[in-house]
Amino acid sequence: MSNDGVNKGRRTLLIAVTAGMGAGAAVGVAVPFVKSWNPSEKAKAAGAPAKADVSKIEVGQMVVVEWRGKPVYLVKRSEETIGNLEGLAERLKDPSNGNKGQQPEYADNLYRSRKAELLVLEGVCTHLGCAPKYIPEVKPEPFDANWKGGFFCPCHGSRFDLAGRVFSGSPAAANLVVPPYGYLDDNTIIIGEDGASA
Amino acid sequence: MSKPKNAFMAWIDHRLPVTSTFEKHMSKYYAPKNLNFWYFFGVFSFLMLANQILSGVWLTMSFNPTQEGAFASVEYIMRDVEWGWLIRYMHSTGASFFFIVVYLHMFRGLMYGSYQKPRELIWIFGMGIYLALMAEAFMGYVLPWGQMSYWGAQVIISLFGAVPVVGDDLVTWIKGDFLISGITLNRFFALHVIALPLVLVALVFLHILALHEVGSNNPDGVDIKKYKDEQGRPLDGIPFHPFYTVHDLVGIVVFLMVFCFVIFFWPEGNGFFLEHANFEEANGLKTPEHIAPVWYFGAYYSVLRAIPDKLMGVIAMAAAIAILFVLPWLDRSPVKSWRYKGLFSKVAILVFAVDFIILTWLGTQPATVLYTWFARIASVIYFAFFIGMPFWTRIEKTKPVPERVTG
Repeated sequence: MSNDGVNKGRRTLLIAVTAGMGAGAAVGVAVPFVKSWNPSEKAKAAGAPAKADVSKIEVGQMVVVEWRGKPVYLVKRSEETIGNLEGLAERLKDPSNGNKGQQPEYADNLYRSRKAELLVLEGVCTHLGCAPKYIPEVKPEPFDANWKGGFFCPCHGSRFDLAGRVFSGSPAAANLVVPPYGYLDDNTIIIGEDGASA
Repeated sequence: MSKPKNAFMAWIDHRLPVTSTFEKHMSKYYAPKNLNFWYFFGVFSFLMLANQILSGVWLTMSFNPTQEGAFASVEYIMRDVEWGWLIRYMHSTGASFFFIVVYLHMFRGLMYGSYQKPRELIWIFGMGIYLALMAEAFMGYVLPWGQMSYWGAQVIISLFGAVPVVGDDLVTWIKGDFLISGITLNRFFALHVIALPLVLVALVFLHILALHEVGSNNPDGVDIKKYKDEQGRPLDGIPFHPFYTVHDLVGIVVFLMVFCFVIFFWPEGNGFFLEHANFEEANGLKTPEHIAPVWYFGAYYSVLRAIPDKLMGVIAMAAAIAILFVLPWLDRSPVKSWRYKGLFSKVAILVFAVDFIILTWLGTQPATVLYTWFARIASVIYFAFFIGMPFWTRIEKTKPVPERVTG
């Protein structure tokens, strides 16, 4: 107890408690402001599945479908392309789908697809989100002298094979994402839900 | 000097410290008499801030921050609003000029050791301004909703995805959607026109307040407060007003002539101030052939691209910016200005400046194998400059610093 009637211990305690309450209130008030940045209900509802007719895609051709505002690549692969996939393993970062989050269970195979001939991929580079370019020809390219066909990202030079698997030496760490999809019948696929596999 | 105050000013000064504030920061603020050409760029930076705020407020009046309307409203400003093209170019080309003068202002600090004790806080506030300015410029570039707006935003926001564990959620939180959409555009508009300008102005205020507390450095790095006359005024100092206010006006006139010439005849700067791809409306399904940031981000973008790993690339890029903050503690030299530092320091500063320009240029070019290797070498030099600085500044032989300013 000091002579001038000031109880320093009590004063310190009161300041600490007041400051603590104030800090707690500030955190509480911050919650609605932080949460308001989350996708709104309207934005969440906009992600409906997309349907696509795959019967008209020629062998070697790529068709782009929009799903949730993202490009989804549909590529009809030739026998030769499918045959090349296995031999590329040594040059890839993740040849056998070690990263399970990049494809649904039914695409966890060498082709990374339900059916070997049709590749379904999100056209969003796993590095920084650009749309990789489809370069199917097997010929030397400025970015790879031994190019076997695949996807090349123009932004930062990430390279992927024709199963969307990333080549070593690319800035991207993960394979391209295979979205959930399924066959409604032999000619129609639905992107965005697993569907029944015909 | 001190005239009897008139009754009106006396009435005001009794209630608001107008006269004393003017004296403290203008008419009795003693700046070194040897400030040279390089000291214009601080004033020019302030001028560009005013230009961005003025033109920005006017653009807001006709801009439509929605996914459907943004691109068209910029075209509307350019074609249908009276003098809209001029105000828009003042803002868009003004952004590039802002960065040019800020970079030259920072280089001045590097040459003359203006970040050294006791001016560390001035440097840190300045770096805060630089950081806020980069965020401001990035969000501003998204607003016209062209192809480069969209894909630039895609790349920059995806950088946050490199954060372990929460990265993907963080990206969605920033976008406010599962893709970059009108929601993202709208919130960037709010940040660009309200939040960040307030932060910028506050930081500029602190930058100048801290400067006026310790006084301006000069090309000799000499402390002018060491020698004062009987009234306590530095012998090598002159009042900022009227000497430097009038002096700076001349520089401002010349600078505005250059600025106006570019706005009138070269507003796009060959795709460096306004990129060609941005004259096409944003399309989320098609990445432009060649995607590059505006030139002023080029150096950091080069560092990012130089590393073939996403997380490490982002860390290196962040480190390239962060290391600038600690510059005052990396320079161990007993002298401030490069005039009196050893030959090695002088060469290092020049090499660093050239290296920064090369990195900036590489960042605007496509990522070929050759350029990527150039970027790697240049990135190593960039970091070597900062990491090596504590060593060579400590051991190198410096020249004696004069007692008084020389110029």
